[in-house]
Amino acid sequence: MLVLRSVSYRYAGSPRPSLSEIDLEVGDGEVLGIVGANEAGKSTLCLVASGLAPRAIRGTLTGSVLVDGEDVSSWPMYRLVERVGIGFQNPATQLSGVSRTVYDEVAFGLMNLGVPREVLIERTANALAAMRIDDLAARDPNRLSGGQMQLVAIAGLLAMQPRHIVLDEPTAQLDPAGTQLVSDALVALAAQGISILVAEHKTDLIARICQRSVCLEAGRIALDGPTPTIMADPRLAELGVAEPSLVRLRRLARQAGVPPERIPDLAG
Amino acid sequence: MLWTAAVAVPALGAGVFRQLLRTSLLLSLPLALSALIVNVFFYPGGSTPFLRIGPIVGTVEGLRFALEILARILAISGAITLFYLTTRPSDLVVDLERRGVSARLAFVANASVQTVPAMVERAAAIAMAQRARGLDTEGSLWRRIRGLVPIVAPVILGSIGEVEERTLALEARGFTRPGRRTLLWTPLDSRWQRAARWGLVLAIPVLVVARSTGLLG
Repeated sequence: MLVLRSVSYRYAGSPRPSLSEIDLEVGDGEVLGIVGANEAGKSTLCLVASGLAPRAIRGTLTGSVLVDGEDVSSWPMYRLVERVGIGFQNPATQLSGVSRTVYDEVAFGLMNLGVPREVLIERTANALAAMRIDDLAARDPNRLSGGQMQLVAIAGLLAMQPRHIVLDEPTAQLDPAGTQLVSDALVALAAQGISILVAEHKTDLIARICQRSVCLEAGRIALDGPTPTIMADPRLAELGVAEPSLVRLRRLARQAGVPPERIPDLAG
Repeated sequence: MLWTAAVAVPALGAGVFRQLLRTSLLLSLPLALSALIVNVFFYPGGSTPFLRIGPIVGTVEGLRFALEILARILAISGAITLFYLTTRPSDLVVDLERRGVSARLAFVANASVQTVPAMVERAAAIAMAQRARGLDTEGSLWRRIRGLVPIVAPVILGSIGEVEERTLALEARGFTRPGRRTLLWTPLDSRWQRAARWGLVLAIPVLVVARSTGLLG
């Protein structure tokens, strides 16, 4: 379980905190969605949950981040990455830039960790299989589509066998087909018991894959609850978050006098 | 003679002679041309004229010296081209790391080489975008130079902007861990390659002695 207890974070030089008093829990096998307007604190939350802030980004963290019950504040990043993986929105910048093949790219993190070669080969093969990209193994990672690149980046995280994955807008630069590839992969990972925290603008994706959602406003939690409830909450629009297509469809149908039972809802 | 032994014969053996000739000549052309002109016409010790263009006189001594310089330039550019044509950057970097060079240094060397095609692609995309917005990149030299600025600036600034995200992604993949990395593969190193390397090492003192005793002229 990944837990944030009363977490506040202020970037170095910033007059106000970007996160304030955040309390969150992501259980094993759970997919937690984070939504919010721009500058609401979604990316900062991802950086703090993954440990990159304040380790790689200067700032002041108060409160605690617990990974499987352990306070990890004193852990160096290279130790933490074996528990918590993080992926970013731009698939191209997540690639190491030095790998000739997708296989090398997926193995890159394990190579850095000094994992024995036999273990490395097995884990790389498993990560490729988990993301269903075995057929890309011999391809040049820089010549893939955005969706494929993002899958390679996630496979690279998976190879390190983290029990928790944090994703900051993983489908922001992807087309619908690429988004579908990533969302299917996340559902499959959660089914294996991996906890996933995903920040997204695409509420359709959140509605499809997240059991629970949190909406941030100015670094604080404004809404927190089951995804169908949060996505149907009328305050969502005031918080700068677009409602999912299905919610909009139900709203418009209701206004047009169509019986609501003829439109499926998010819960089912 | 040195060029034939150290560059041409290995290039023929590797089947890259034609490519090597074209690339190394192109590489050395500007330098070779200027060395030829300067030495033929302005060699200080030149006293035997063989060519006269107006008030400028070309001398045999200058030509001889220029040919010597050209041979050296060709040997250097040939050796560099041969290395480039026969060695994959990733092989070089992996081998350096296997021999104890720091992983960070090896990464920087590898990333620098691999970044070039990506930068070229980015520049092409930006050039097209700028042209679509009316940037004039044709016409006089001055216009072309002026057209470069709106292309080069976004290429450089964009690359700098990506550095932070790339750094975070590397951190997230354990790149800062101290100690040795696992290397996935080892470049092929045949008996012939090892023999050739030792041959080159042994050739250094031999050539130094031959040069200092006047055997190489």
